[in-house]
Amino acid sequence: MNYEPDPPDTAAPAPAVHADDLTVTRGPRTVLHHLRFTVPRGRITGLLGPSGCGKSTLMRAIVGTQAKVTGTLDVLGRPAGHPTLRSRIGYVTQAPSVYDDLTVRQNLDYFAAILDPGRAAADRRHQHVTQAIADVDLTSHADALAGNLSGGQRGRVSLAVALLGTPELLVLDEPTVGLDPVLRRDLWQLFHDLAATRGTTLLVSSHVMDEAERCHRLILMREGELLAEDTPGALRSRTGADTVEAAFLSLVDEAAGRTRESTR
Amino acid sequence: MNASPATTARTTTPAAPTTGPSALSASRTTATAARVLRQLRHDPRTIALLVLIPCLMLILLRYVFDASPRTFDDIGASLLGIFPLITMFLVTSIATLRERTSGTLERLLALPLGKADLIAGYALAFGALAIVQSALATGLAVWLLGLDVTGSPWLLLLVALLDALLGTALGLFVSAFAASEFQAVQFMPAVIFPQLLLCGLFTPRSDMHPVLETVSDVLPMSYAVDGMNQVLRHTDMTATFVRDVLIVAGCALLVLGVGAATLRRRTA
Repeated sequence: MNYEPDPPDTAAPAPAVHADDLTVTRGPRTVLHHLRFTVPRGRITGLLGPSGCGKSTLMRAIVGTQAKVTGTLDVLGRPAGHPTLRSRIGYVTQAPSVYDDLTVRQNLDYFAAILDPGRAAADRRHQHVTQAIADVDLTSHADALAGNLSGGQRGRVSLAVALLGTPELLVLDEPTVGLDPVLRRDLWQLFHDLAATRGTTLLVSSHVMDEAERCHRLILMREGELLAEDTPGALRSRTGADTVEAAFLSLVDEAAGRTRESTR
Repeated sequence: MNASPATTARTTTPAAPTTGPSALSASRTTATAARVLRQLRHDPRTIALLVLIPCLMLILLRYVFDASPRTFDDIGASLLGIFPLITMFLVTSIATLRERTSGTLERLLALPLGKADLIAGYALAFGALAIVQSALATGLAVWLLGLDVTGSPWLLLLVALLDALLGTALGLFVSAFAASEFQAVQFMPAVIFPQLLLCGLFTPRSDMHPVLETVSDVLPMSYAVDGMNQVLRHTDMTATFVRDVLIVAGCALLVLGVGAATLRRRTA
C-alpha cells in the first residue's frame, strides 16, 4: 500500500475506488484473486454474484476492516483503510449493526456524536439525525427500541447510521434483503436521489440479479474472481441476453469454457 | 482502466472532525459513556441486580456472623473491595462481547473513533455505576450493619472504585478471547476464583504455602483486599495503603492498555 500525498482536487474526477491486482486471503484460503476494477464517482455500482463469492470481503477491504489485503486498492484518492477516510465512507454490513437496547434516535445520536463531536455541533447533529431517520422512512418509529423492530426496519436503522455525515462513498452490503417490494422500490429511489443530488458514490451488493437493472454499472463476481465490469445494457448486448441474469449465466459458461481449455 | 462516464463527483472536503482519530477525544469519550449508560437505563433489572445484590450479601454476611462481629469486620471490608471487581468484570466482558458479535464494534472502528475513546468511555460509564454500587454497599455496611472501620469510609470507597476499574479492565481483556456469552461467563471462575482464594480473604496470605504466597504477591486482588484492611485498622493513610492503591490502579491501567491492543480495526 502506498501512502502518497493528496492528488490535486482540480484533476479529472478520479474514480471513487480503484483496484489493481487486489488479493485477499483468509487463513489458508485465497478469497479474492487479483481483482482489477474501478468504481466511478457519483454513480450506483452494483456488486453482484452468488452467495459466498467474496462480495462482503471485497466491501470490507474497501472500507478498511479486512485484514490481509495485498495489491493496490485506492479509495477516494487514499489507500483503503487510511484514517482520514473513516468519516468519508458510510458502511452497512449485511447483518444490522445497531444497539438493540437503544431507540432508533439514540442509536443515531451516538454515531452522529462520533462523526461530528462536540457541544457546538449539537444542533447540526440533531438536524442530520432527523434527516437520516426520514430518509429511511422510520420517523414514526424514532422512539422505538431497535430490538423491538422487524428485521427490515433494523436494517434501515443500520442504513440511516451510514447516511450520517453525508459520506462521499456508501458501501451497502445487501441492503434490500428481506424487504417488501414497496420498501425495496423506495430504497432504490433513495439511492438514486443520493447519487443525483448529493453526488454520493454507491457500491451496493446483491445476489438478486433483478436489482442489477437499477444500477448504473455492474461488477459481476464469481468464486472470488471478476467475471465482468460494465453497464447493464452493455453486458446484455455483449452476451446477447435479455436480462442481466441470463448475461451472468452466459459469462459463467464462457469462463468455465476458458478454464477447461487452459487446463487441457 | 476502462472508459468511465464523466461524473459530476464533488471533491469538496467533508465536514471533517476537528481532532485526529488517534488522540483521546473528550467529547467522543463522554458520548460513548453516555451511550453505555443509556443502554443500561433500558435494562432496569440489571441495574437493580448490580446495586442490590452486594447489599443483600452484606446483610446476609452480617447475620451469618451474628455471634462474632470481628469476623464480619474482616470479611465485610474485604468483600466491599471484591464485589465491584466481580460485577464489573462480568458486566464489561458481556457488554464488550456483545459489541463484538453485534457488529457495532466493527462499525465503530470504521468510524473516526479512537480505541482509547471507546475504552475510556466504557471505563467512565461502569466507573460511575461502580460508585453508586460501592457507595450504597459501604454506607449500608458502615452505618446500618455496624462494620467497624477505623479509617475514613471515603478511602474504602476509593479502593472500591479502583477495584471496579480493575474489574472493567479484566473483563474487557478477557472478552477478546471469548467467542460466546457461555465462554465469557466461564472466564469468571478462571480469572476471579484463583484470586479470590489467594487474596487473603479466607486465611492470611502469610499462612499459605510459600509458592502460593508468591503467586498471590503478583495477583492484583491481593492488594485490593489488603488496601481495604489497611483502612479497616488504621486511622490515616499508611504507606502500605498508598502502595496498595497504586498497584491496583497501575494494574487496571496496564490491563486496559492490553485490552485496547485486542481491539483490531482490521480483522480476518
